[in-house]
Amino acid sequence: MPRQMYDKGKIVAGLVIFVIIATFPFWYNIGKAAPAPELKLTDKAKAEKECVMSVTDMKAGHMQLLDEWRDEVVRSANRLYVNSKGKSFNMSLSNTCLDCHSNKADFCDKCHDYASVRPYCWDCHIDNPKATEEAKE
Amino acid sequence: MNKNYMFSLIAVIVLFLIAYFGVETAGLHVLFGIVIPYLAALIFIVGFVYRVRDWAYSPVPFRIPSTCGQQASLPWIRQATYDNPSSNGGVIVRMILEVLFFRSLFRNMRFELKGGKKLSYIWEKWLWLFALAFHWAFLVVVIRHLRFFAEPVPFWVQFLEYLDGFVRVEFLSDVLQVGLPGVFMSGLVLLVAVIFLFLRRVFISQVNYISLASDYFPLFLIMGIAISGILMRYFIKVDIVGVKEFTMGLATFSPSIPEGVGVIFYVHLLFVSVLLVYFPFSKLMHLGGVFLSPTRNLANNSRAKRHINPWNYPVHVHTYEEYEDEFREKMIEAGLPVEKESN
Ligand code: HEC
Ligand code: HEC
Ligand code: HEC
Repeated sequence: MPRQMYDKGKIVAGLVIFVIIATFPFWYNIGKAAPAPELKLTDKAKAEKECVMSVTDMKAGHMQLLDEWRDEVVRSANRLYVNSKGKSFNMSLSNTCLDCHSNKADFCDKCHDYASVRPYCWDCHIDNPKATEEAKE
Repeated sequence: MNKNYMFSLIAVIVLFLIAYFGVETAGLHVLFGIVIPYLAALIFIVGFVYRVRDWAYSPVPFRIPSTCGQQASLPWIRQATYDNPSSNGGVIVRMILEVLFFRSLFRNMRFELKGGKKLSYIWEKWLWLFALAFHWAFLVVVIRHLRFFAEPVPFWVQFLEYLDGFVRVEFLSDVLQVGLPGVFMSGLVLLVAVIFLFLRRVFISQVNYISLASDYFPLFLIMGIAISGILMRYFIKVDIVGVKEFTMGLATFSPSIPEGVGVIFYVHLLFVSVLLVYFPFSKLMHLGGVFLSPTRNLANNSRAKRHINPWNYPVHVHTYEEYEDEFREKMIEAGLPVEKESN
């Protein structure tokens, strides 16, 4: 007896659904070139040349640094951070990070959108202290 | 020590060493980053389709009423419409309960001879609970990973990340550096559940007795995947943006090797690739198989409907009518009753 497929309609329908789901990344991105966002450094950051830690450490671990800062400030009332090169910083999200990176929308946000992270910090911290001060004056 | 799980554990350790030295010492980034993942995806999809198609060649002519409730019978006897469905609608409900909530496993019981005489049935829900936690966490982890494979990231992936990350355990940050990035529950649940599923096979002697290397291997592999992923997220940080550039390169068929992404990423990637390759050839095919379980997906309507066996051999039967036609005269002669008096 020749081999025969049973319930062919249902099997094929199920397999088509499977293939559509399994190949999602391939068809979803068709025709989209999605390079990593180009980050813009502010003039101030350019002049400073270096971040708090090396770029590789910042890229991968800036959130851990912020976490450390937050704990130091809030729990130990210690606001001074000295990096491996002996340079000192005031441990502050809005006043230090966003001093050099005052272009938050073109820097932090662009990168976070690409990586799909939404830090909740801005619920409380002002995202652009300078602009806020100017507005007050 | 048990050779079945030692064998599987060693296999996973060897995979780790292959990825580690392959990338770190031999510098085979292209092999481990591009060639193997593409091959794995291909083998997974083609193998999966092949296996399911192969199953479809087996006829399932008869309903297998492995009942868990009253069958449809007389109008005044209440039918268990989902546990013993007689209609397609009932079957669909039963399948949904099975696939999403593992209803069969929920009926799991433990039997024990109390005092050597009395058989007791004990309510046992741990397997169901951890199996459910394991599979749902796995699904969430897989969907969350789509953030690396889609640009822009779809809103439903972002919503899931939001739900998954709502527990903020920053108070742990003295012990673990997990305050930021925020903790995703699914990864931890997955690891705990897979460890439970492993320990169950080790410590329950009856289960241990029937466990083979093919039962332990996927568990160790998934443990490896979960551990390497958790390490990458919370401990040995990698450049996430670099990783996404790489995965998007794979998805758009313009692959390139990212710079400065640590070897731990390649270990993670090899584990996942091996899981994908192993999938179609193993018991993991129950992902497709659950939809084709004959005891779950067929309505129990054997009494209402005739189901004919498709591989019945065409037997030549000699009906009574033919018999009578053949012997009518002799039967009449002998005085036997006939249905028709003449041909
Ligand atoms: C003194 C000015 C300065 C301060 C303060 C500063 N940065 Fe930077 N940051 C820089 C510069 C300059 C670069 C670029 C370094 C390079 O490309 O070599 C940079 C790079 C980075 C990068 C990597 C971007 C990339 O190229 O992918 C991140 C992430 C980052 N900074 C985050 C932060 C965070 C978070 C803080 C606060 C903890 C902070 N920075 C504070 C100047 C600063
Ligand atoms: C519920 C509101 C709230 C949220 C959300 C929040 N913070 Fe804060 N944060 C505070 C307060 C209040 C302080 C204390 C300010 C002070 O003493 O200068 C603080 C202090 C800090 C400090 C040190 C002081 C300074 O000037 O920055 C850091 C660093 C910090 N937070 C980082 C973060 C980060 C990173 C996030 C997001 C992951 C975050 N915070 C989210 C309220 C918040
Ligand atoms: C190079 C790209 C990049 C830049 C630039 C960048 N971030 Fe991030 N940031 C990330 C990635 C990627 C993560 C998430 C890491 C993960 O998911 O493990 C992250 C996570 C965070 C988190 C933790 C969020 C959470 O809930 O897990 C905070 C806080 C944060 N970034 C703050 C900042 C601030 C402030 C700046 C700007 C000064 C900044 N980042 C710039 C890539 C970047």
